[in-house]
This record gives sequence, C-alpha cells and structure tokens, in this order.
Amino acid sequence: MTAPDARALLEVRDLRTHFVQSQGLFGRRTAVVRAVDGVSFDVFPGETLGIVGESGCGKTTLGRTILRLVEPTSGSIRFDGTDLLALKGSGLRAMRRHLQIIFQDPFSSLNPRLTIGATIKEGLTVHRLAEGSAADTRVRQLLDEVGLRPEYASRYPHEFSGGQRQRVGIARALAVEPRLIVCDEPVSALDVSVQAQVINLLQDLQRDRGLTYIFIAHDLSVVEHMATRVAVMYLGRIVELATGDDLYREPVMPYTQALLSAVPVPDPTRARGRIVLRGDVPSPADPPSGCVFHPRCHHPSRDAACERLVPPLEEKGRDGETAVGHGDTGAGIVHLAACIKQSPTSVSAAAQQAAGGTHAAIRYLPTAALGIRSES
Amino acid sequence: MTDPLLRVEHLRTYFHSPAGIARAVDDVSFSIGRGETVGVVGESGCGKSVTALSLLRLIQAPGRIEAGSHIWFEGRDLLTLGAEDIRQVRGNRIAMIFQEPMTALNPVFTVGDQIAEVARVHDGASRKAAWERAVEMLALVGIPSPRERASNYPHQMSGGMRQRVLIAMALVMNPALLIADEPTTALDVTIQAQILELLAKVQQAFGTAILLITHDLGVVAETASRVVVMYGGQVVEEAPVRTLFADPGHPYTKGLMQAMPRVGMNRERLTTIPGSVPPPTAWPTGCRFRDRCGFAWPRCEAEAPALVPISAGHAARCHLAEVDRPPEAAPANAARST
Repeated sequence: MTAPDARALLEVRDLRTHFVQSQGLFGRRTAVVRAVDGVSFDVFPGETLGIVGESGCGKTTLGRTILRLVEPTSGSIRFDGTDLLALKGSGLRAMRRHLQIIFQDPFSSLNPRLTIGATIKEGLTVHRLAEGSAADTRVRQLLDEVGLRPEYASRYPHEFSGGQRQRVGIARALAVEPRLIVCDEPVSALDVSVQAQVINLLQDLQRDRGLTYIFIAHDLSVVEHMATRVAVMYLGRIVELATGDDLYREPVMPYTQALLSAVPVPDPTRARGRIVLRGDVPSPADPPSGCVFHPRCHHPSRDAACERLVPPLEEKGRDGETAVGHGDTGAGIVHLAACIKQSPTSVSAAAQQAAGGTHAAIRYLPTAALGIRSES
Repeated sequence: MTDPLLRVEHLRTYFHSPAGIARAVDDVSFSIGRGETVGVVGESGCGKSVTALSLLRLIQAPGRIEAGSHIWFEGRDLLTLGAEDIRQVRGNRIAMIFQEPMTALNPVFTVGDQIAEVARVHDGASRKAAWERAVEMLALVGIPSPRERASNYPHQMSGGMRQRVLIAMALVMNPALLIADEPTTALDVTIQAQILELLAKVQQAFGTAILLITHDLGVVAETASRVVVMYGGQVVEEAPVRTLFADPGHPYTKGLMQAMPRVGMNRERLTTIPGSVPPPTAWPTGCRFRDRCGFAWPRCEAEAPALVPISAGHAARCHLAEVDRPPEAAPANAARST
C-alpha cells in the first residue's frame, strides 16, 4: 500500500485513443472506434493497478497507449513528472527503458529466430546497459531470477512451454530495469497450475525490486489476487475505480455488480444469485448515449435520464459514510463509480428530472453482487 | 446407477507417429446417467478433448481408438457401429458443441441454413419445414428477432450469439447427450453466465445429459453434479461435485484447487504445482503425477496406482487413498520438499 501523500508515478488525464475504420466496399465510409474514450487515473509507486473489463472494453489499447505503442488522440500522460506525449526520438527511446510491457501470448511475442538470450540482451544493448560478456552474465542472472536455467540462453522459443516462454517475456522486460511494467493478460493463456507459478513470480519480483504494475486482465479472480486498486472498464471508459477490498466487497456500478456476480465460484455449496445481463456489449464505434451501460442496466431506478446524461466518475463511498476514513489509496481516492442512480451523486434530482428522469437515486446493492468476498 | 446413458470402458486413444506413440487417452472409464451433468476437468494435454472426440469417433489418423475400448450408449457399443449407423448417432442422439464459436460455423452459409441442414439430414424435413425449425431453435436459445437473425451470416454475430447458434444446432434433434467441449472458454464472463444459464435451462426442459469438458473448476462447481478429473490421459479422480470440493482425494486435484486464485480469497501466496505436464509420448512410469507431487514416495515410481474407491461414488488414483488417510498424514518418509 502507498502512503497517502505519495506522488503518482504515472498520471493519465482524459486520455482518448480513437481509431478510424474504413467500411464499405471501397472503404469510403468511415467509422470512429472510440477504444479509449476519456480515461483518467493515477498509478502510485509500488502498487498494482488492476484494469478489468470484457473484450473490446479498451483495456489493451489503454495499456499500449500508455507505452505509446499506439498514439493517443488526445489527453495527457505524465510519467514521474515528464510529459510522455511531448517526447520524440531518442528522448522517447530513453524513456521506454522505464516502461516495459509483458504480453498475453508467449507464443507470438518472442522472435522465433532469436535465441532467448539474444531477445533478453537486445534491451541491454539498445539502452547501453551492458556489453559483451557483462551482458551475457546479466542475461544468465535474469534467467535465474525468473526461474529458468541460465544455460537456456542459447535455446530458441519453440523449445519452451507456454509458462516458460512467459518467464522469458518477463526476463526481457526486467532486463532494462524498468520502474513500471504493463502486464497485458500475462497469465490468461496458461493452465491453472502454471498460471499460479507466474503470478507468484510477478509478486516476488515486485516485492524484491519495488516494481509498479498495471495489470490488465479479464479474469476477476486473478486481478483481485494481484491488484492493490482496480479500475473497471466498459466501452472505453473507467466506470468504477476503488481498492480491491472495496470493489469486491461492495461493487457500486451496476456493470461491476453484474460482472462480479457472473464469476463462477469453485464452491458447490455456495448457491448464489446471478445478475445475467441482457444482450452483448454495444460496438465502440457507436456507443450508446448518456451512460454507455444503460441499454443493459439492471438498476431499478434506470430511466430516461440515464440515456441523456453522461455520468461523472465520482466518489460513492459507503452508504452513510464520508469519503475520508477508509481505504488507503494514496490519492484521497476512495471509491469512484460512474452512475447517476447510485447515491450519493453530484447530478441533482432537478437535473435528472430536466433530462426526463422519473426515479430518484438510491443505494442499490443486489445480494447477487455482494457476499462474493467473504469477510473472513 | 443401473442403466447409465453412456458407459465408457477402458477407452484408449493413441496417436501413432514416427516419434513414438502418444497415449493421449489411456484406459479411461466413466459413465453418465440420463439427464445428468458430468464435468471432465483437466489442463492442456490431459486427454479430455480427445476423450470427447473419441465418443463420437471423430479421431483422425494417425489417431486410433485401440482394441479393447468400449463406448456403450443406449444399449450398443458405438465402436462396433458401421459408418452409416454412427452418422445416425452423431447430431441425432449425441450432439457436440465446441470451444471456438468463430471457427465451428461455416462462414459462407447463413446460420439459419446451417441449423436447418441438421433437420434436413437427420429428419428428412422439407426445406421450408427445416427453416421454420431453425427459426424456432434460435428463439429457444434466446436469440432476439430469430426470424431476421436466421438470415445472418456468422460474421454478423457476436461470440456469445454464435455459441447460442451452435447450441441451437446441437439441440435440433433433441439429443440424449450433449458433449460441450470448453463451451464458454472463448467468451467473456458475463456472456459465459448467459450460456451456462441457457445450458441449465435446456437440460431442465429436455432432460438432456451433458458432458461438460472444461479447465475451469468454477464452471464445474456451478454446473456439474459429478466430476471426473483427468491427468496424463487417465482418470485420476471421480466424485460427486460436493465431495470433490470438500474432500479432494488426489494430490493433483488438491493442487489445482489451491493454485487457483478465487474471488474472496485474500492476497496470500498461491500454492503451485511444480513443473509442467509431461508429453503424452513419455508418461512417467508408475504414477504419472509423481514428478510433480509433494507426496511421492518410492512406491509411486515402482507401481502404477489403481483407481481406489474412497466413498460412495468417490475414487482416486493414488496409493495414499489406499492407506485410508488424507495426504497430509502421509508417512513422514513419503513427504518430499517441493
């Protein structure tokens, strides 16, 4: 956990990444896919910020935009006070040493023609961190640190299993001694027993090296296990952001409630309700107006105001409690969610009525979404 | 269980190649009662998918179902049927849905045509009647505006809808057994919830037995009444679902449960199973799990354990199950540091 006055390592403000897509036979019609659409958050040194959401929610694009592997449309990204979007050429390359990524697919993210030693050494050479035999020694050390035998350095990726390849990907990222690592679904391609090995490795490395992670995953159990704070994304936006403890104990945004209630629990004695959402996620090229979740929402107060007003990501706290006093997120951020029907809300009843609203904001916490995390 | 719907006996499916014989499924026996849901759980390479394909005799060369294997279904051994007879069973009495709803559908035919084809082939339905049947099936699996959607091509549908289409196709002939091979693995969790709910609804309405193949213990806990755990081409444990989760009898099952982060568990360190699954061409001698097992002792290498009954319907392939005490209380000399 981070001290409340800690300065953010990464500050993301109103980030948007839109893609222009050609449609039609000759590509004459175009559509704008709003993959990331106005996202703001901080990441504090030494923490793991989990980002969860379903396919197409923009979590992967967000991770890549932070590293400038994809260029944003607008917004700002500051890393340790430096404006990342203002960097070019050698300045950007130098900065990349501090920001690394671990990819989902250990099969396609390693160059099949390079030995894994050469892959790991590349970063050392590019950033002039070590040369010659010093670099080779470093590679062997790194392999040892991620639980692979040093003599594997001369082998090729195809000689390794998925779990071993993911360890190589981690060693590659660690080689340049980064401060922040974006982990994009690092364990979702792995079997359960191997997944646990890689999760433990990532946690050990974080503890030993003081690393900061942005951990992107669709698996809510894995994210809860890894993350200090969790951001939930839906259609390019963050719809809820809280400590893992608060989010899993009392999800406020109706989408998060449904998402959590849908996780199958490996305990046949625990019968519980489930919020089954209607339909599919709408296209990010044509997101719904107002609250992007309104067409699928199960909140009993959902009304016309939800279709017209864009809900701010605002403090929700616990019922009857003030914002201060619990949670330890380092930014005074306690429990943010984007829903004008969950009280408290800054969108007044008058404003909601003016937008056609007929129902008052209430505190709606369906039992199917609670009790997922047992207070032990 | 006096008369199970399906009884698999000593199933062995081997793949013969110059590199050796891959014993993907190696003497597997289990049964499914009418209307029952049995979960088959295991990791990549444990033989669960090959078992499923073997049931419908969909194994292609160099794979072969070896002599001595039996698949008893509705009074007949499916392995003795001729080509035409087995075709009558497939899609008619036993249907299958696959993991990848993207690749299991033909991209150049409408989903309505593909569902209708089942009714025409198996039921001899007319073109028009078959199309009506397709629309009806799409409505049954919860596709909105089924009449319009029947004219869609697969690429016009989302992953969840395509999986619904596959389920519709599987149910056209009201099969007695539905084999679902990782039916929700490619889907998001909220869509997975929709599909699992649909399968439960279908089972209640039609009394279909379901063989659910999955790597996800959470999915099994919520859907199956009985579970078969596979490792190294063998059944290593079989139990009613509650028994399995309350009192796993095999160190591998126990390891899988501990290795899984679960929502609600605190951020304690995960217990791992060391190493990885050995290749099917070279299973270890004796117990196939012994290299990765924290409780292995000399007997595990010397002698392959049998499936030992523990209690009613519960059996585990482990020498320690025989000793009549839980693995924690294994002999001191048996424990091995991991």
